[in-house]
Amino acid sequence: MTTPPNRFRRRVPVSAVALRVLVALLYVFLLAPLVIIVVISFSSNQYLSFPPTGFSLRWYAELPAETTFIQGMQTTLITASITTLIVLLIGVPASIALARYEVPGRGAISAFFLSPLLVPSVVLALGLVLTLGPLGLTNTYQGIVIGHVSITLPYVIRTTLMSLTTADTSSEEAARVLGANGWAVFRLITLPIIRPGVIAGGIVAFVVSFDEAVISLFVAESGKPTLPVQILRYVADSADAAVAALSVVLILFSVVIVVLVERVMGLRRTLI
Amino acid sequence: MSATTSIAVPRLPGADDLPPGHGVHEHRSRRRDRRTFWALAAPGLLGLAVTYLLPLLYMVRMAFNRGKPDGFIEQTFTLDTLIKPLTDSYYWKVTLDTFLMGLVVAAICVVISYPLALFLTRSTSRYKSLLIALAIAPLLTSAVVRTYGWMVILGGAGLVNSTLMHLGLVTVPLRLTNNMTGVVIGLVEIFMPYAILVMMSGFGRLDPRLEEAAASLGARPRAVFARITLPLTLPALLSAFLLIFVLSISSFITTNLLGGGAVHVLATEIYDQATGLLNWPFAAALSVILLVLFGVVIAIYQTVTRRLRLDA
Repeated sequence: MTTPPNRFRRRVPVSAVALRVLVALLYVFLLAPLVIIVVISFSSNQYLSFPPTGFSLRWYAELPAETTFIQGMQTTLITASITTLIVLLIGVPASIALARYEVPGRGAISAFFLSPLLVPSVVLALGLVLTLGPLGLTNTYQGIVIGHVSITLPYVIRTTLMSLTTADTSSEEAARVLGANGWAVFRLITLPIIRPGVIAGGIVAFVVSFDEAVISLFVAESGKPTLPVQILRYVADSADAAVAALSVVLILFSVVIVVLVERVMGLRRTLI
Repeated sequence: MSATTSIAVPRLPGADDLPPGHGVHEHRSRRRDRRTFWALAAPGLLGLAVTYLLPLLYMVRMAFNRGKPDGFIEQTFTLDTLIKPLTDSYYWKVTLDTFLMGLVVAAICVVISYPLALFLTRSTSRYKSLLIALAIAPLLTSAVVRTYGWMVILGGAGLVNSTLMHLGLVTVPLRLTNNMTGVVIGLVEIFMPYAILVMMSGFGRLDPRLEEAAASLGARPRAVFARITLPLTLPALLSAFLLIFVLSISSFITTNLLGGGAVHVLATEIYDQATGLLNWPFAAALSVILLVLFGVVIAIYQTVTRRLRLDA
């Protein structure tokens, strides 16, 4: 009678340690590409060698002089900001409609709003370049924004919907019964409730647009290359250290975003 | 809709202090609700129609045109362009490679994300939320940047080859980039956070008390896993598999950069046809094939999950 518990007790720690080692290895694998870029961004040699023969800040010092990168950053910031503004303006009302009003076919409409996430971006990008080309909108800010609206809208709708469906509706009804009109109910009751969802959705929409490369590549490669497109083109030619410092800037930007989203709504709830 | 009201109304007489003629009021307010719904949803629907539905429809229409050798497009309505890749063994191979790449990436990704997702779900560590954030945060970093990281790690003078040669394990650098090996490694890592997210949200059904009960009734750890843990987490595993498959077969950046022109899948062929050769009808035809592949896989997935649900 005494052996089974003993064996049991001995087995659990071994498997627990094994699991921990496995988990640690998986984290190494998962974070390896980001860590390695940070390491080589401080390397003093242009051509890759491991371990780096010396460390320097020369790639960071050269960044501000790279006018193409500065222009790319400008294009990216402008288009990501406008995209975010547009998807918030059209996405938040749509979420309220989906959460608060019952109409036939609501499920289908909701699926339609989320469907752009499933369409391969190469396919959507091709459709966009075919449509925008004849209209003269390729290689313009407008073209990039149009391309990014559909792929960022689902995030805003999802996070706003989540805030709306988890919130208690009784205070909205109470306000309505007490005579508040639709706009007053929205401004005084609904908006404060959904603010975290809207902010988190807006942040994610911004970062998705900021990082998007495929649609921007198709729609605006030659005239208005965004930062990810520039890095893509540079890296396709040579994967040396020169572009690492710029990548680190993007990684730091993402870290700030992650912390913000985690604070506002929780990263996991926002992304699923 | 009418069914719910016909049930709800007789059940609630006098529950609310309803004024006489309530039915008429309710009817009118429901009509107003419907108007409000469409007014609120219209900008979003219009936005999606213009920036998403229209381009996709136009792309499908383009697949029925004919691309001429001089780069011009013959406006017509023909099935020739769509049939051409189906009669060409090269495009059969490209489609098959796309499909196999999706299967391999999804399988590896799901298998290695599973222990991590289980660990994170069960963890009672004080650093649990930090560990979760660390596992899914890479989602918010640029895929271009992460692919670049893999090029640095796997390249001829990269971390892996430098280390191996330093240790004297190989004399010639292993070819880990510009081929399918590199693409699969890169895609697995890039899609891991998605798999972890989907699995963790599906693991809510996994009640630790069931596993404890089985163990206390004498089940060995392996039996607990096979009879309790795995069946309960299988639906989430399948969802993760489908998502990663779908993401893999449509991935372009990683296949393009780590494939280095030597990996030909549908996404890279679409890009080459559209921007290199300017054969838009043919690029559109390949896109239609990719979309059909999508539809088939999603249909299979739905049949499988429905069958699983019937079994349960």
